[in-house]
Amino acid sequence: MLDVLFSSLGQLFTVPHMLYMVMGVLIGLIVGIIPGLGGIAGMSLLLPFLYGMEPTVALGMLMGLVAVIPTGDTFASVLLGIPGSSASQATVVDGFALAKKGQAARALSSAFLSSMMGGLIGALVLTAFILIARPVVLSFSSSELFMLTLLGLSMVAVLSGKDVFKGVAACGVGLLVGTIGMAPATGEFRLPFEIDYLYDGLPLVVVGLGIFALPEIIDLLVKRGAIAEQPCQLGKGWKEGVKDVAQRPGLVARCAGIGSLMGTIPGLAGSVVDWLTYGHAVQSAKDKSQFGKGDIRGVIAPESANNACACGAMVPTLLFGIPGSGTAAVFLGGLLLLGLQPGVSMLETNLDLTYTIIWSLALANILGAALCLGLARPVASLTRVPFVILAPLITILILFAAYQATRSLGDLFALGIIGAIGVLFKQANWSRPAFLIGFVLAPGAEAYFYQAAQFQGVEAFMRPGVLIIGALIVASLIVPPLRSYLQKRPQAEQPSPHALQEEVAPLSLGVIDLVLLGSLLVGAGYMWLAFADLSLLGGMMPRLAMAIIVAACLLEIIRTAIKPLQWQTQVLRQHFSWVAGFFALIGSVMIFGFLFTAAVFCLGFLLMVARIKPVVAVGVAAGVTLFLIGMANLLTLTYPSGMLAGL
Amino acid sequence: MTTLKRKPLNAHKLPALRTVYKKALLVVACSALGATSVNTQASDVGVPDTIHWTIPFGVGGGTDVWARFFTTWMSDHVQGNPTLVIDNVPGGGSINGSNLFAMRAASDGSQWIGTSASTQYPAMLQDRRVRYSYDDWTPILATPTGGVVYAQPKLGNTAEEVLSAVADQRVKFAVQSHTGLELPVLIALDLLGADVQAVSGMRSRGEGRLAFERGEADIDFQTTSAYFSSVEPLVESGRAVPLFSLGMLNDNGDIVRDPAFPDLPTFYEVYETVHGEVPSGPAAEAFRKFFASGFTLQKLILLPKDAPDALIQEYREAARRFVDTQAFQDAAMAQLGPYTPVVGEVVEQHLHDAMSLDDATRQWLVEWLLEQHGARI
Repeated sequence: MLDVLFSSLGQLFTVPHMLYMVMGVLIGLIVGIIPGLGGIAGMSLLLPFLYGMEPTVALGMLMGLVAVIPTGDTFASVLLGIPGSSASQATVVDGFALAKKGQAARALSSAFLSSMMGGLIGALVLTAFILIARPVVLSFSSSELFMLTLLGLSMVAVLSGKDVFKGVAACGVGLLVGTIGMAPATGEFRLPFEIDYLYDGLPLVVVGLGIFALPEIIDLLVKRGAIAEQPCQLGKGWKEGVKDVAQRPGLVARCAGIGSLMGTIPGLAGSVVDWLTYGHAVQSAKDKSQFGKGDIRGVIAPESANNACACGAMVPTLLFGIPGSGTAAVFLGGLLLLGLQPGVSMLETNLDLTYTIIWSLALANILGAALCLGLARPVASLTRVPFVILAPLITILILFAAYQATRSLGDLFALGIIGAIGVLFKQANWSRPAFLIGFVLAPGAEAYFYQAAQFQGVEAFMRPGVLIIGALIVASLIVPPLRSYLQKRPQAEQPSPHALQEEVAPLSLGVIDLVLLGSLLVGAGYMWLAFADLSLLGGMMPRLAMAIIVAACLLEIIRTAIKPLQWQTQVLRQHFSWVAGFFALIGSVMIFGFLFTAAVFCLGFLLMVARIKPVVAVGVAAGVTLFLIGMANLLTLTYPSGMLAGL
Repeated sequence: MTTLKRKPLNAHKLPALRTVYKKALLVVACSALGATSVNTQASDVGVPDTIHWTIPFGVGGGTDVWARFFTTWMSDHVQGNPTLVIDNVPGGGSINGSNLFAMRAASDGSQWIGTSASTQYPAMLQDRRVRYSYDDWTPILATPTGGVVYAQPKLGNTAEEVLSAVADQRVKFAVQSHTGLELPVLIALDLLGADVQAVSGMRSRGEGRLAFERGEADIDFQTTSAYFSSVEPLVESGRAVPLFSLGMLNDNGDIVRDPAFPDLPTFYEVYETVHGEVPSGPAAEAFRKFFASGFTLQKLILLPKDAPDALIQEYREAARRFVDTQAFQDAAMAQLGPYTPVVGEVVEQHLHDAMSLDDATRQWLVEWLLEQHGARI
């Protein structure tokens, strides 16, 4: 095995291999930086060239691309608050908060460094693991996978902090939204409202953009100003970020380990792992008060995990021909185009190629992180540009990104609706990550539960693997509050200033909370009736989600009724006029087409709202239009042409 | 050492396949002669510079890879070497993209669509989301595939033992959905008297195989290429017992042995040994239709029927120019298995026959799905 390991390393440093790999890295970087374009889009750019290429060289190029995308998309997550791909959703929470505090460079440099470390650890784990992976991966049956989805869901409690019932309710809404589409057990359609778009369920990218990006844009527009509220000290931030990572080798190693192992389990894609590791960072932190407001650990944890996860996802892809993630699915197609059949033969007759893939992953990770580190400083200065100038560009970018999900107008409407929910959640402090976790895990939880029960019956829940994960879940729920209780008790005499603050701050309630609580209860009741005709199996999951919503809302109402309460003024009118504006924009896309709307909207917004020089405004609007036309050609896509196009 | 095209392990079986299609090719050749005599000046058919090929699936999926494989061959052989651009429109399990194509595609011959079993089945089952009709489209080429049903060795060491075991005990089979590619397999197993519990919700056939390898599923099914790459090693190491192949439809509409698996009996043969006659009745009819549209014509290149006839003929001609060459067959081995694509009129007949499901058969199917599997369509 060792000779193969080193002969494939030699292969790596040949000129054509390096050349194509660098090409893959560069394309991956560009694709990663443009929000909405993830591994799937990047791969589809490369696939046409694969046919007839030498497999080692082609694999180098593909791996270059795969390795760099979860690194490059950090730019959008940190600087713009847009989850660049599903793997960077958790990075947004603290990364963007840090950028708003003027510490974008710090967040970026620690993100890139931990990305690189994660990728390297992932490759290392993969090197050894690939030889023993088969029995390990086969030992994960549907019941263990179901327990892993529960472990993911248990993070909701960790992430919602003191607003735990609001968090659980948000998660319930996420679960309910996640059940839209086909029931895995019976093939019934749930909540389609006779709209074709909804038969498939909502795409993750659209939900991620809606729940995170749109509310941030609107909030920043309401507040005006630049993204960074404090002047940005770029020079210092860079070193600080490196130091941040260096001080937390344990966190990086643990998260990379979790990432690479979760990646190897087919079915649990990369979208869960960033939340799991984020939750782990919160759990293992002594001082949790800064999470969500800009804690660097909230950036380091998911970023170390997501590259490692991309490595891990190669295990089921290579060994079983079953993709562990969306990108891996396209990579699988690439393998087939190269005439390579994934499966056991990848280890027996093609071990050299398998190791070329792993080495390329590691090397491309280093290259990509180095390139990103170099870019971090100039790109971070973007945050000093007044936000009103960036806003129209980001809005168009988000529309473009959402449209990539299924390339239907429905993507834009879903974005607007989820965005409106996101605005409500953000203003009333309902956990948006909890919503997203519910959404991501709903289909898996349901399908695995159904499969486990069908395949194994009651025994499904007695398996040792199930019990171990079950114990982990219980521990993750009980240990942190227990530990903080034990830590607090001896200090009760002299309360630390921080603990004092937490005790004193009373529960707050505002008008949005009331609106949300009321409409959720009424909505759940209405849907319960609307679901009457679903079969027992098909209706189980949505009913469970509604039960969670109702229970959490009622508990929240009880809690606010019995505890001291502070009335909080939650302003909304301004926010909602921007949401209305967003829907007007979608309406305009429907009538006038996407390209025309984008150009006119940019120009109009820059002239009338941002009030910048007409020459600059025209230039920017033209740039946006050119970008969209270029992308259309590159990705062979047709934008919505609008109803007027037919006239 | 690095080009690893799968060894043509069935190379010796290829001649058998050719005889199956020899007749088809004769028919094809005759009609081709007829066609060319009509268009003596083949050079002025006006082939568009760019052909947009809608693939209603995501990038990297089976149909996408299949289409990308064909783009070079088609582009090289159609007059004027048009550029083929693949336009992936995923969603709705290929229904969305096909609806869009049906609604929007220009019929000047510059727009094609590539469909698969999961496009054909909803149309046959009259899924309410389907707004396309194969009557509006005309086929250029179809590629067939076959498949094998296999079982856990704990059920028996030979196919006979397994088949008698599954009649007495409920066996589990991991499927994507009850109306997916596994539908004819489910019907076949039911006809053989097996008590099958179909556990749905797998995201791919590969995930189904993984459930089998984990020991969760007792019985499984894979199409030809997946069988060779992933199941044959299991069979060799005694972890799977092959039961039967679905067979292959010949030009007369008879089910004959699959050229990829000449040693395995077909479902029809097994049924005959068990029951002493060939299957008949609505179940057999449903099996035949779904088998034909999902396997014999698994993937299709189609374009709107009202495209210029000269262009349709030119595209079919182009396909005929390469499907028989050794170079194509070598290249196709890894992608398509040991099957030769079928071109033009032959596909048209098969397609028409396969897609037309009479009301009695559909009614039987609806009831059977609900009773046996609790699934509604």
